[in-house]
Amino acid sequence: MVKKVITGNYASSYGAKLARAQVIAAYPITPQTSVVEKIAEFVASGEMEAQYIKVESEHSAMAACITASQTGARTFTATSAHGLTLMHEMLIWASGARTPVLMTNVNRAMAPPWSVWADHLDSVAQRDTGWIQYYCESNQEVLDTIITAYKVGESRDVLLPSFLTLDAFYLSHTYETVDIPDQDEVDKFLPSFDPPYKFDVEDPHLFGSLSFPHQFYMEWRYQISLSMEKAREKILETEAEFKKIFGRSHGGLLDTYRCDDAEVVLIAAGTMASTIREVVDWYRDKGVKVGLARLRVFRPFPVKEVRELAESVDVIGVLDRSYSFGYGGAFFAETAGALYNVPDKPLIKNYVVGIGGRDVTPDTVSGILNNAISLKDKGELDQEIEWIELKEGGD
Amino acid sequence: MAKLTIPEEELMIPGHMGCLGCGGALAMRYVLKGLGKRTIVSVPACCWAILSGIFPNTCLRVPMVNTAFEVTGASISGIRAALDALEIEDVNVLGWAGDGGTLDIGIQALSGAVERGHDFIYVCYDNEAYMNTGIQRSSGTPEGAWTTTTPVGDTQAWKKGPKKNMVEIMVAHKIPYTATASVGYPEDLIKKVTKAKGIKGPKYIHVFAPCPTGWRMPPGKSVEVAKLAVQTCAFPLYEVENGVYNISKKPKKKPITEYLKIQGRFKHMPSDMVEKFQKDIDKEWELLLKKEEFTKSL
Repeated sequence: MVKKVITGNYASSYGAKLARAQVIAAYPITPQTSVVEKIAEFVASGEMEAQYIKVESEHSAMAACITASQTGARTFTATSAHGLTLMHEMLIWASGARTPVLMTNVNRAMAPPWSVWADHLDSVAQRDTGWIQYYCESNQEVLDTIITAYKVGESRDVLLPSFLTLDAFYLSHTYETVDIPDQDEVDKFLPSFDPPYKFDVEDPHLFGSLSFPHQFYMEWRYQISLSMEKAREKILETEAEFKKIFGRSHGGLLDTYRCDDAEVVLIAAGTMASTIREVVDWYRDKGVKVGLARLRVFRPFPVKEVRELAESVDVIGVLDRSYSFGYGGAFFAETAGALYNVPDKPLIKNYVVGIGGRDVTPDTVSGILNNAISLKDKGELDQEIEWIELKEGGD
Repeated sequence: MAKLTIPEEELMIPGHMGCLGCGGALAMRYVLKGLGKRTIVSVPACCWAILSGIFPNTCLRVPMVNTAFEVTGASISGIRAALDALEIEDVNVLGWAGDGGTLDIGIQALSGAVERGHDFIYVCYDNEAYMNTGIQRSSGTPEGAWTTTTPVGDTQAWKKGPKKNMVEIMVAHKIPYTATASVGYPEDLIKKVTKAKGIKGPKYIHVFAPCPTGWRMPPGKSVEVAKLAVQTCAFPLYEVENGVYNISKKPKKKPITEYLKIQGRFKHMPSDMVEKFQKDIDKEWELLLKKEEFTKSL
């Protein structure tokens, strides 16, 4: 084990190297670019034995990763914002083809207006593509999640693609101390990719052929759903195994902090969770019972964990760094959906924050917490959805 | 007895789902004869996504993967990279797309793939329109042709503008081997495929594949019309190897009317349009002869 002070992007590159990704297909986009630059250095120096396809678009990056995976290679790519949304068609293709491709997405806002700063719309908009989605809070988590996510995605029970996200600049370009595990230990933890079916000239098959409505299309999709369900336990099991060897873990699907006796809990994903953690401590020091539940995995959605959390909580505030025009942020809508069939639901309010990279400061979080606490006292919502810290004249 | 020059082994077996007289079906049969069993083929949305068979059937004895419409070039890049990563040698990677998937929606991925120089063979089977979706014009549709989106009518709204010259676009990428071939001349086609197989790097073969359904002609006419396209110089057979042109067949040029008259898609063409068609072909043929002469002299 070596400690290095590296950016989130480099943590991602180190993760791909340690996982021994065999085929990389990538296209540059700000602020992801240094992920693939670093991998190019690894490959050029011979430190990493991989075929690196410098594709002409993100759409082609994903297409190449899919067929490389179907040929039997472990594949990796990285992207952001417009790159991810350009891939949309191929994201659905990847899960349909049951290829455990792995991708880093640096969460960035979508244009127009142009913005290269943190925003979750790019990845949240991929909710229905059949990808496992991890939202990271630290550079260490980025590296570790690459290693564990391969193991989850490639397991025969799952065989689904995964992406992990890190917030633009807050992680992508911020240096943190990261433990780089020994290659031997990673090799022991993560065996080489061994798919049940692949292109083989000695055993030819036709992949992805037409299926009529009366045939198996519907069952094929149902099987993806079953595999996504199995991914829940696989994520927990893999993290536990990782912890045994490497001595750390990152909180499963819903990473809770000081929630045990909390009356008010904020649910949030990505780097703003670190700020909330700090502010929760301040409130706890004053005896106010608040907590944080960091949404680490958005797909599969941690339904069980959210329901357990809700049992003892009076107010849940869901912070969304993206918005679905027409009704609420996706994290809010999913949380509310998960709780609809539960008796004695807490109040649930949606706080829309940090859109286009606007800072979510301790003051922002305090304001939200104060509002959520006031709802608990009143026993009802003031409004269901609130955009936080809009500038004057912004409406 | 005449000696067989075409390999006997059939890698495409009976039972394909194509229309009667499908040129695309013949093209695959011949190309696989040239490439042999150790071939992986990637096919985007096109007639061949159906021809290959409905789940769970296949008419191919080689692995085939269906991929999205615009990504054939990227998909074969991924297959080759993975074979290299896994150190699997002696496998041909074949990209197989129609004119729409090659000249229109797939041109970016193909351009990227050939520019990067991966080792593969890309075949465009050109039936000169979006036949799988029901005969809509593509940039491979010849000027003057009827399609369902160039329905002629009173305003003479036939396909305007010349057919995109994909072969020259590939030649401009400076790839080691580009060729045209036709299902009307299987020996020439298979010879070119075999040659391409022996060359490392990206190879592009543009195969003329008549579609009786879309060209509005009887199914029995496919081979005849494919031969006529060559004999009238509407679709010349040639190769470009490392920039040097070599014309495979120099026919005693027949008038274009012989090619046009057996196809319903051209039946509305007024005589001045036919004359223009002939002039364009003559000019292109002259240019090709000059290219051959010039590049061979270098």
